[in-house]
Amino acid sequence: MIVAEQKPLDEIVRMITPYENVMIIGCGTCMTVCNAGGENEVSFLHDALRLAQTRSGDAYHNFYELTLKRQCDPEFLELLEERVSSIDAVLSLGCGIGVQAIAEKLADTPVLPGVNTSFMGMTKESGIWDERCAACGDCRLEDTAGICPITRCTKGILNGPCAGTKNGKCEANMEMDCAWIQIYERLERLQQLEKIRRYYPLRNFRAIPRPRRITSVASDVGGGKSG
Amino acid sequence: MANSLFEEKLNSGEFIITTEIGPPKGVDLTEMIHHIDLLKDKVDAINITDHQSSVMRYPSLGGCLLVKEHGGEPIFQMTCRDRNRLALQADLMFAYSRNVVNVLCLTGDSVDVGDHKEAKPVFDADSVQLLEIIKTLESGYDTAGNELNKAPQFFAGASVHPEADFIEPQLIKFDKKVSAGARFFQTQGIFDLASFRRFMQYASRFNVKILAGIIVLSSAGAARYMNKNVPGILVAQEIIDELASVEKGKGLEKGMEIAARFIRKIREEKLCDGVHIMAVGNEHIVPEIIEASSAVSVPSR
Repeated sequence: MIVAEQKPLDEIVRMITPYENVMIIGCGTCMTVCNAGGENEVSFLHDALRLAQTRSGDAYHNFYELTLKRQCDPEFLELLEERVSSIDAVLSLGCGIGVQAIAEKLADTPVLPGVNTSFMGMTKESGIWDERCAACGDCRLEDTAGICPITRCTKGILNGPCAGTKNGKCEANMEMDCAWIQIYERLERLQQLEKIRRYYPLRNFRAIPRPRRITSVASDVGGGKSG
Repeated sequence: MANSLFEEKLNSGEFIITTEIGPPKGVDLTEMIHHIDLLKDKVDAINITDHQSSVMRYPSLGGCLLVKEHGGEPIFQMTCRDRNRLALQADLMFAYSRNVVNVLCLTGDSVDVGDHKEAKPVFDADSVQLLEIIKTLESGYDTAGNELNKAPQFFAGASVHPEADFIEPQLIKFDKKVSAGARFFQTQGIFDLASFRRFMQYASRFNVKILAGIIVLSSAGAARYMNKNVPGILVAQEIIDELASVEKGKGLEKGMEIAARFIRKIREEKLCDGVHIMAVGNEHIVPEIIEASSAVSVPSR
């Protein structure tokens, strides 16, 4: 899933300054799971903004709440235009995709991001999410024992650990495991060390001509085609 | 035929001494030139570091040209941290065109350890791939398969970490660097001769030249700091204890003595082809260390 963090309140306050009627829109999918922008967070943020407004003695803004099932899916955005007819700006607590999907839908309304979209990750334990995939478009997990060096090695290198690893940790952050030590240990356990001995040539960054698009039709069994 | 004077000397079988100079932050090159003049006749080659520890400095290649102009033999340290494959190849061709052909191929430290932590890390290539890039250029092509109007020739080397706390993957990477065309290695700092001997038993089966890395420590505190903060450095506890045993202000003197002792032992035991002295900011003391290391007569190889 996509993991994000809510922006600091003062940044949000600064963003909404010019707009009188602000609709805070949450997202019912990833942002709800990572506690960054679901229905609860919309409500908490609404309260926090009202409180900030009272404290500053500036009662200029009116806030409205709405949480969509998914901001990134057009079918859930259908009713949006009616709901925002008297709104001056939307503050989206969706990920960067949600913000842009709403902006595409609402040609005349400014859409502001309420969260910093961080990464694609998994839940490590309650309240902790770890990045696991960089969406590089060229998956090598077969060669690296299911551990992604592009994402989990700070340098994203392909031919084994650099010399900066100490106690199994990364030179960039001593709290962080060295992905290449983990890959080595898992390949050893799987008796596949020949995979780390192999030379991996320069990556093909054309696999990720940004922005990417995947098209898929029902008859095209076997998944998508990128182009 | 050797591509450089440094290669020729390594092939001669004599005990080789290299050292390194870190360029300044800023454009006053007086001190760097002073160090080049001081060291060029005392050592066989001088590495110029490439934004060492990811701290932005005057460029490695610029420093190499200065070494050339002052009559020394430069080793161009090239990291993959700041250049994509176009820039790597362009800088290699530039180096060759100016007679800088000794290249030490490094992945490069993380930007997180340096002074520009918000910079975009490049790492389009890693050290093994950089060696392959050099091989490709030498074959007359660029990495996209286009023909060069003339092929450069280099003397490529790499680094290896014989005292890494988890050695197996480092040895695999060493093998890969040899296969990718590394012909000389300057090791990370050696602080434990027993483990270096074990490494040399392994490495001596390969047809490559090995220079043992000698880091000159200035105090026990500096050693502890390096262990904690500098990638690739693991100072042995007994060395730290030895440094801590001297009175305050005498640390560097002790560090120089330790460095000279290591060099002497490596030379006497003929453990490898030479040493690479890293004085980390104290370049001026290198001649004294070399002198101290040869105070006891050594049988020539």
